[in-house]
Amino acid sequence: MAINSDQDIVTARQKGRALAIELGFSTVDATLIATSISELARNIVSYARRGEITLKIVRAPSRQGITIIASDSGPGIRDILQAMRDGFSTSGSLGLGLPGVRRLMDDFEIASEPGRGTIVTVKKWKS
Amino acid sequence: MEVPILKQGEVLIATFQAALSDADLNQLRMGLVQQVVKFRSRAVIVDVTAMDVMDSFASRTLREIAHMIRLRGAETVIVGIQPEVAFAMVQLGLTLEGVATALDLEEGLAYLIQKFKNID
Repeated sequence: MAINSDQDIVTARQKGRALAIELGFSTVDATLIATSISELARNIVSYARRGEITLKIVRAPSRQGITIIASDSGPGIRDILQAMRDGFSTSGSLGLGLPGVRRLMDDFEIASEPGRGTIVTVKKWKS
Repeated sequence: MEVPILKQGEVLIATFQAALSDADLNQLRMGLVQQVVKFRSRAVIVDVTAMDVMDSFASRTLREIAHMIRLRGAETVIVGIQPEVAFAMVQLGLTLEGVATALDLEEGLAYLIQKFKNID
């Protein structure tokens, strides 16, 4: 899904919730997934202006999950450790986005290069 | 999507819909404060029962709304935060510190009536 505006943030999180419910996630987990999508999509709009959110179903032998990939070609993150700290923000926000998403999801990966963009990949397993 | 604002005596009631964009939230912030001034309201109840997601932007906006309304001398009560939304907010590290909350609209109104009684 292309993420270019605040309306796209709403659409992306609604799609994420619908997919989670369809896969049999609890409403609590579906809300955690939708909230994570909202934060990741907002980061795209705030910092890179445009980017993409991809939702994938992961099927492992014993479990099922959802992967969310948020990618952009924006300015990138100079100091990832700093960006992962609660309360740190360069946009005047609360600075809870990335560290918060890490707490909401099971797996969290981030790759970023200044000037080239950022890719955040997060996963939630069905419990 | 516009948020309907109802006037019930000295109280304004704003009911959030599920799919509010950032622009909608910003618009609501201004709209509510303007109406509090216009109607000389003493309190605002923000009903978020229908909200499926309360992310960092939404909760910051709610806090700002409550603070702006307090500067006008009125009170804000947030009602109807769903259990799973509350769970996600806590995990995310979001708080609504300094803002009154109540279970639902009825409890919110009861809280305000009690409060007004103590002031009058």
